[in-house]
Amino acid sequence: MFIVKYIKDIFGAVKSLSIGMKRTLYYFTHHKEIITQQYPDNKDTLVLPERFKGEVVMPHNENNEHRCTGCQACELACPNGTIKVIFKNDLTPEGKKKKAIDKLVYHLELCTMCNLCIEACPSDAIKMAQTFEHSVYDRSQLTKVLNNPGSKIMEGVE
Amino acid sequence: MWSFSNIADQIHEWLSSTFNPTWTLIIEMVIAGVCVIGLFAALGLVLVIMERKVSAWIQIRLGPNRVGPKGMFQSLADTLKLLVKEGMTPNGADKFLFNLAPFIAMIVAMLLFAPIAFARDFQLWDLNIGVLYVSAVSSIMVISILMAGWSSNNKYSLMGAMRSGAQIVSYELSAGLSILAIVVFTGSLSVPDIVRSQADGWWIFKGHIPAIIAFIIFLIAVTAETNRAPFDLAEAESELTAGFHTEYSGMKFALFFLAEYMNVFIVCAIGATLFLGGWMPFHIGNWEGFNHAMDWIPSSVWFFGKTFFLIFVIMWFRWTFPRLRIDQLLNLEWKYLLPISMFNILLATLMAIMGWHF
Amino acid sequence: MYRQTDIISDSRISPQEGDLVINVGPQHPATHGVLHLVITLNGETIKKVEPHLGYIHRSIEKMCESLTYRQFIYVTSRMDYLSAHINNHACALCVEKGLQVEVPARAQVIRVLMDELTRIASHELWWGAMAMDLGAFTPFFHAFRERETINDIMEETCGARLTMNYMVPGGVMQDLHPDFQKRVKEFIQLYKRKIHEYDELVTDNIIFQNRMKSVGYLSPEDAISYGCTGPTARGSSVSSDIRKLYPYEIYDKLEFDEVLETGGDSFARYMIRIREMHESIRIIEQLIDNIPEGDFQAKTKAVLKLPKGEFYTRVETARGELGVYIVSEGGTTPYRIKFRSPGFSNLSVLDHIARGSKIGDLVAMMGTLDLVIPDIDR
Repeated sequence: MFIVKYIKDIFGAVKSLSIGMKRTLYYFTHHKEIITQQYPDNKDTLVLPERFKGEVVMPHNENNEHRCTGCQACELACPNGTIKVIFKNDLTPEGKKKKAIDKLVYHLELCTMCNLCIEACPSDAIKMAQTFEHSVYDRSQLTKVLNNPGSKIMEGVE
Repeated sequence: MWSFSNIADQIHEWLSSTFNPTWTLIIEMVIAGVCVIGLFAALGLVLVIMERKVSAWIQIRLGPNRVGPKGMFQSLADTLKLLVKEGMTPNGADKFLFNLAPFIAMIVAMLLFAPIAFARDFQLWDLNIGVLYVSAVSSIMVISILMAGWSSNNKYSLMGAMRSGAQIVSYELSAGLSILAIVVFTGSLSVPDIVRSQADGWWIFKGHIPAIIAFIIFLIAVTAETNRAPFDLAEAESELTAGFHTEYSGMKFALFFLAEYMNVFIVCAIGATLFLGGWMPFHIGNWEGFNHAMDWIPSSVWFFGKTFFLIFVIMWFRWTFPRLRIDQLLNLEWKYLLPISMFNILLATLMAIMGWHF
Repeated sequence: MYRQTDIISDSRISPQEGDLVINVGPQHPATHGVLHLVITLNGETIKKVEPHLGYIHRSIEKMCESLTYRQFIYVTSRMDYLSAHINNHACALCVEKGLQVEVPARAQVIRVLMDELTRIASHELWWGAMAMDLGAFTPFFHAFRERETINDIMEETCGARLTMNYMVPGGVMQDLHPDFQKRVKEFIQLYKRKIHEYDELVTDNIIFQNRMKSVGYLSPEDAISYGCTGPTARGSSVSSDIRKLYPYEIYDKLEFDEVLETGGDSFARYMIRIREMHESIRIIEQLIDNIPEGDFQAKTKAVLKLPKGEFYTRVETARGELGVYIVSEGGTTPYRIKFRSPGFSNLSVLDHIARGSKIGDLVAMMGTLDLVIPDIDR
């Protein structure tokens, strides 16, 4: 009986190994199963999902106007101190002083793409962009000012 | 017809008519040496790219495809990188042995080229114990691995080397015994004799059951002997980081790497010679037309085709199976392969005596 | 006072003459991170394994004390990054418990769906990585084929592939992507088409079975006394599935089995995870066509304040029980947070089960314990 078991073991082993080899041979001969995406080459056709969290941007319209009121909700919501709102005093057409944002400083190097600032923003002034190639040679380039120079708040946004 | 043997004869005649016999011999040896080194380099490049492509396709990847057409120059670029890299020697290492080990590995691989018949009547050294020579010299490989592991002054290296020692010594037995089965059929240890005996059919067909068993055992044993997965315990990446060559870098590492591939090539060439008829074309009984068509294919193509097929099989093993544990590895040899091959050689002897093979 | 020398002399076996002491890690291919094991060997046989921790300690618990209840959830994605959703879920549950918020039915279903997808993704990666530890490289890439599909689904709905931060107190951050159901069904198709390959390549392989069977035996008593949870405990037939024992969200209404194996060895732990993937697929199949309409987020105040007290919730991550313990003083930030992470207790059995086996076995055992180092160190 020992011999029978011994021979059975050998045939069982060879069978289990050949099943695995059959599977790998299948993939060796079927190149259409290859799943590699040739990343830098397919840049033109690469579509990221619209919700992809790449970096925070502030959309401006054609008149260089944004929707940010400077309410600091994003700054408070951010867990890392990524966003800093810097104010200036604007003059309204009536000649009154009005508080407005000077710069919305965004530290990309601190950002964890948690989306909390976007959720917190009451006026939809900021959103996530689908860019993801953020590497730079100098760290200071990662500190960005989100509002364009000379931009001002859109009419009707409070 | 154009063939390796014609070229070799012409060179020999020209040299004999120009120089005296001593100088002829010396020049021929130099030519042979240069040819071996050239073949070495070329085969190394081809096998590395082949391994990378085979593994990539099995792993549903594309593999190297940037350098040259379809990535074919990738291994050339890698070799260039390894050549210009710094070859470091650890502080606590035995410097002499540490630097000697890769060269021993290399020299062993080169020596093994001598008795292999690459094409019809084309051989570096036709010695009458060719097969014995190969199995004897290939055992020296273990010395270079032990030397590398011990002199590195690294615990991982030492363990890899010790594993490799146990492994190669034990698998040498069943590899030798499976070779012996064919030697029993042929009655000769000389490589050309073995090839010529297969003119009317390869041994794997003529010797049926014992030859097939011997062939399978031979494949398993040489995979273990060349330290290839699933028997790569000497390197065992996930256990010993890189085993015996943990401390090697640059060209010294490349020499180990090359020697491994050369050993794979040699053992596959031996396997092709013994079981698959070496450079003999594939013939089927009395099909005259078919046989003539097969004869038309050059003998070197037959030899390299069979060898590369066996190399592919060994690569296929590597990219399919998980690694064995050290005690399972030795169990496999002493409890399964060795008894079976001993039984097999009895069967082969009986068949040879009774003339049961075709 | 506990000095370093005390700890060493405290150990039952200290290195003797002729023993080989080697450092596996912090940089080693098999530790999958920065785990540092000091192993004492006698030849190839392991006499002692001593894990050294702290290489990736980021003091997440302390960090959480300075973050508000909305903010601290994102940090927990970085603990056990392979089950980020489930970590976030545990924190959200704990805050909701304190706030007494009722989570809308749709949000509950979405959360469970995401949890189970995460569990499958985690087990896929574990499968590939474990096969790689054993020396088979091919399964890793095959596992990633399925895992990438899940990651694509996550990317589409949550906006990130690994650290999603999708769970918020009161529900989920965004509604499901319109394509979500279609994509998940496609994934289930792909999974069912390919899962038999896992058996062909690894499970049924004779070399693999010999490497795993009767190796690293963990008895049920030891599993309990070491505090093992998750697949590690269930491999020793200790029932520990939080989804069954302390159901949260809608798990009590779902039909699924707690996977138990009696072997207690590495192979049992392996089979648990493979079978758990099937169970997760079962749960997803029940839910994917029955996502109720409604809100995806409950109305909560802009500034969350937990009442004074202590709150504890537990969930079943891919690796075991994750407990979140919050002490609140009534303010906007927690007074103290403690995470009971599954990896830490599971690692502690390594020395116990590894003694007497070979180095190759140690690698296999570490694979079946499914250690994620940032989860152990936090």
